[in-house]
Amino acid sequence: MKDVKTPSKLEKILAAGHPAVTSECGPPRGSDPEVIVKKAELIKDYVDSVNITDNQTSVTRMCSLAACIRLKLLGLDPVLQMVTRDRNRIALQSDILGAASFDIHNMLCLSGDHQSFGDCAQGQNVHDLDSMQLLQTVRLMRDEGKFLGGGDIERPPKIFVGAAANPFADPFEIRIPRLAKKIAAGAEFIQTQCIYNLDKFEEWMKLARDRGLHEKVYILAGMTPMKSAGMARYMKKRVPGMDVPDEVVKRLADTPKEKQAEVGIDICVESIQRLKECEGVAGFHVMAIEWEEKVPEIVERAGLYPRPEL
Amino acid sequence: MIVADKKPIEEIIEEIKGRTKILILGCNECVTVCEAGGKKEVGVLASALRMYFLKDGLDVKIDEKTLERQCDHEYLEEIRDMVDAYDAVVSLACGVGVQFMAEKYHSIPVYPGVNTCFLGAAEDRGLWTERCQACGQCILARTGGICPVSRCAKRILNGPCGGSTGGKCEISNETDCAWQLIIDRLNALGRLEDYETLSPIKDWSTDRAGGPRKVVREDVQS
Ligand code: SF4
Ligand code: SF4
Repeated sequence: MKDVKTPSKLEKILAAGHPAVTSECGPPRGSDPEVIVKKAELIKDYVDSVNITDNQTSVTRMCSLAACIRLKLLGLDPVLQMVTRDRNRIALQSDILGAASFDIHNMLCLSGDHQSFGDCAQGQNVHDLDSMQLLQTVRLMRDEGKFLGGGDIERPPKIFVGAAANPFADPFEIRIPRLAKKIAAGAEFIQTQCIYNLDKFEEWMKLARDRGLHEKVYILAGMTPMKSAGMARYMKKRVPGMDVPDEVVKRLADTPKEKQAEVGIDICVESIQRLKECEGVAGFHVMAIEWEEKVPEIVERAGLYPRPEL
Repeated sequence: MIVADKKPIEEIIEEIKGRTKILILGCNECVTVCEAGGKKEVGVLASALRMYFLKDGLDVKIDEKTLERQCDHEYLEEIRDMVDAYDAVVSLACGVGVQFMAEKYHSIPVYPGVNTCFLGAAEDRGLWTERCQACGQCILARTGGICPVSRCAKRILNGPCGGSTGGKCEISNETDCAWQLIIDRLNALGRLEDYETLSPIKDWSTDRAGGPRKVVREDVQS
């Protein structure tokens, strides 16, 4: 068992050497708390921790912190996603304290999609800090008990801090240096972009292992089941930084429409099974976008159920 | 240079509605180079306005003048004797020139004739692109001479973000990803290992965030 620095359930599971399972829920475009509670109820026994997205794709939604508090009240271990797009360093630090006051023990630091993708394309963006500097900020607040301004924090936040990584991102030559940089900035866990190209992902993992990075950070492989051949084509063509091999598209396209979702789940389960064997993969981040009800089946069939008791 | 773009003529007509003696005032600096507010553009706008008012049967006097600079007392003084003859000035200088003109001549309304866009360069004929946002604390030494403040859509100092694709920015496949450019440049300089140095949190107080900025140089004043 590795050292544990926070009360985070996710950290404890990873430190104990169990493959962790996380998932994510997107808050609603409204104020009904039941939406988030229902999504959480569907998956709660099948995952260790649940990410709550922060106005993903720059579309205005219920705030991530409030939704995390809902999960916390249900006894779950939420992962607060925070983007640097919408808040300056005062607001970021303030929200970190707010989260800590509810004993939210995980955070994922992101820069966030550009606002031009969302419903407020004419809005300002902030980007006072970038995602790496946000990692540094959380670590400073937690480890030194200090604000960026130098003042002391009473009851510093106890937050296990993570970052995203895209093993398929451009430019190619800095994929691994970029991971190393995030670790240097303070990342303790990584949740990757959705993986469809397993060969390329395994190659990335090998390069990470060559630098010993898998021993410095817990890498959770990102998994998103495809609902249809149409979704696969869309992700291949339209989503920046997504690598969907032709075989995956073909396998779905060759399946009759009504069976495509099932095959999408099969592909996801097979991928997890294969990557369980990949050295350095510490767990899985299953993002079933607006398809949360499928998470239990995926986790069960991938042999990741029951979840370890702590 | 400061890059500006012409305002639609309808907007200018709306600004000067009801005025009868108008001076179109160009500037011989940046806006001349970017072909938005120099002598030539003053002439084009003046003719277009004359035609518009003529067509509407309105008797509006439109004169033309282009100064060496509008961001300098000395050159703005040149029009002191003539400016009272007008009841409006349309300045084709950048926002700085328009304001300096307005500060100097209190009693005459000054209207902007261009949209001031950014600090940039002439990348090609008819193509100007942004290069600097005057953050007041230049970090180009660290980024291979390419500015992430002005050229990355998220001002990321430790980039790229996850949206960089094929050298292009996530906001548009017609916009280069600044961080791809930085990495290519570090590579070309044999300095790719510099990429792993974390860029510290930036002091934005020298940027817009700090309020109106000033450069005071006593050596120049004395
Ligand atoms: S770092 Fe600042 S001063 Fe330097 S080019 Fe960029 S915006 Fe301009
Ligand atoms: S794609 Fe490149 S330029 Fe665009 S926001 Fe991301 S890092 Fe900045």
